[in-house]
Amino acid sequence: MSEIVVKAPQGHIEVKNFSLSYDSIEGPVEAVTDTQIHVKPGEFVSIVGPSGCGKSTLLNAVAGFLKPTTGIVTVDGEKVNGPSAERGMVFQQYSLFPWKTVRENVEFGLKMRGMPRSQRERAARTLLGLAGLEAFEKHYPEKLSGGMKQRVGIVRALATGPKVLLLDEPFGALDAQTRVIMQQILTNMWQRLKISVLFVTHDIDEAIFLSDRVYCMTARPGSIKAEIPIPLERPRQQSMMMSSEFLALRRGLMSLIREESIKAMGGELNDMGMQGLNIELHGHSLADVI
Amino acid sequence: MPASTSPASPPSFGTLALRWYRLNRGGLRATAIGLISLLAFLLVWHLLTTYRVVFFVRFINVPSPLAVYASFTKAIHDPKFLLHVLLSCRRIFFGFSLAAIVAVPLGLIMGRFKLVHEIIFPVAEVLRPIPAIAWVPMAIMLWPTNEQSIVYITFLGSFFPILVNTLHGMSLVDPVLVRAAQCLGARERSIFRDVYFPASLPHIFTGLTVGMGVAWVSLIAAEMISGQYGIGYFTWEAYSLVQYADIALGMIAIGVLGLGSSMLIRGAGQLVMPWRSR
Repeated sequence: MSEIVVKAPQGHIEVKNFSLSYDSIEGPVEAVTDTQIHVKPGEFVSIVGPSGCGKSTLLNAVAGFLKPTTGIVTVDGEKVNGPSAERGMVFQQYSLFPWKTVRENVEFGLKMRGMPRSQRERAARTLLGLAGLEAFEKHYPEKLSGGMKQRVGIVRALATGPKVLLLDEPFGALDAQTRVIMQQILTNMWQRLKISVLFVTHDIDEAIFLSDRVYCMTARPGSIKAEIPIPLERPRQQSMMMSSEFLALRRGLMSLIREESIKAMGGELNDMGMQGLNIELHGHSLADVI
Repeated sequence: MPASTSPASPPSFGTLALRWYRLNRGGLRATAIGLISLLAFLLVWHLLTTYRVVFFVRFINVPSPLAVYASFTKAIHDPKFLLHVLLSCRRIFFGFSLAAIVAVPLGLIMGRFKLVHEIIFPVAEVLRPIPAIAWVPMAIMLWPTNEQSIVYITFLGSFFPILVNTLHGMSLVDPVLVRAAQCLGARERSIFRDVYFPASLPHIFTGLTVGMGVAWVSLIAAEMISGQYGIGYFTWEAYSLVQYADIALGMIAIGVLGLGSSMLIRGAGQLVMPWRSR
């Protein structure tokens, strides 16, 4: 276990003056513009926003898969230049290697680091035990349920002892009950490992329930619209989601996102040549109706 | 749950047999129908040839199943026939193995490196539609011995299906898996070995199966044209020598050998890709 515990407070993510644009035939298209975010060591931070706002783009830039057009991404002061095992990532599509057993999947990062077989087998078993998956170590991922797959995905990302954990809508494909359990498991692991987490989701409840802080993004081109601290005490229980404090936070975030979703949708509707929709709505704007 | 099945007492043999039957009913049915249809085929063949039916198609000179069986029992004691079979198998082995050894790595590299793809793909596309038989004269010019040119034809036949399917497999590799490997610290070499290669394996094996089929087609054609030995030559020679039963024997031998080699590949595929079994 010792190799997966982060010793000193590490994993300070900083994204400064960040923008990212793609080339297209009509010229550069801005996906994310003028964005600053940070995650303190050991902090759990979520990014929420309407679909297509560039929150995954931002996360992929932190992971090192995308290069910022302007600005800089650093982790503990070091510039991010490409993907590395220092930044573990969990994907919505699980992305387990189908040709590797559960244990081989978890071992993969350790193998890449050159850890001898017996040692990494032991480490993988310990981690799988923590996630309640030791009975499935020899199974191929295909045979697992969605929730189990994603548990393996999280364990695999944590196995190499990364400084930060990046999650891209990891529970988006799971049913509501499984989702709740997964949120609990993730919280437990995060508290145990004291690792910094950057979590992308479109689920407001999920963001509030899990996070210390939530960034809300604007519609495309995405930028930070608001930064909301979540002062709910920990450990958090499912029952908290009914508390007035939670509901107040939820209401606030909801209205922020709704504004942006309508902007995003309005843009799309206009693109589809549906400006006439306003007339059908008897003079009310789309925002009033929704 | 009815109380009649107590967990303590093991189920009787009758119960087990009944359960086994229920679980395997589909397979048993398929086997039974398959056997019946094969027997029906033999029966129709027997009737058509015994009564020398002429109905557009002429069965006057077509050997009967019994005649073919008689020539089969004779042939398996004839070292020359076994030599024919052995030589064909050897040619398939060399031609097909060489094709796999060249086409699979080439496809993997072409799939991974755009420049290699851009250089090789146009040439491959021009050569690919040429049937292996059309290569026979060229092959005879190219290679010093007859044996080499036949192996070359076999090689060509299986080369393109393997290459094309490997390329297809590479183009379908999920980029998210590549990214997952990258943020677990994988470098180019291990991404190739641990992601691209296993992800392409199912398509590689499709290519090998198709390639094996085309290898036999090409081999038989080459043997009929330029061979001195081999099961294709045996079949053609039987026609020249008016040994009609041997024609059918040669054909059936080719069919059985082709079937056997595809089964070998399927078995190898299951061994190499345990995650895909069942």
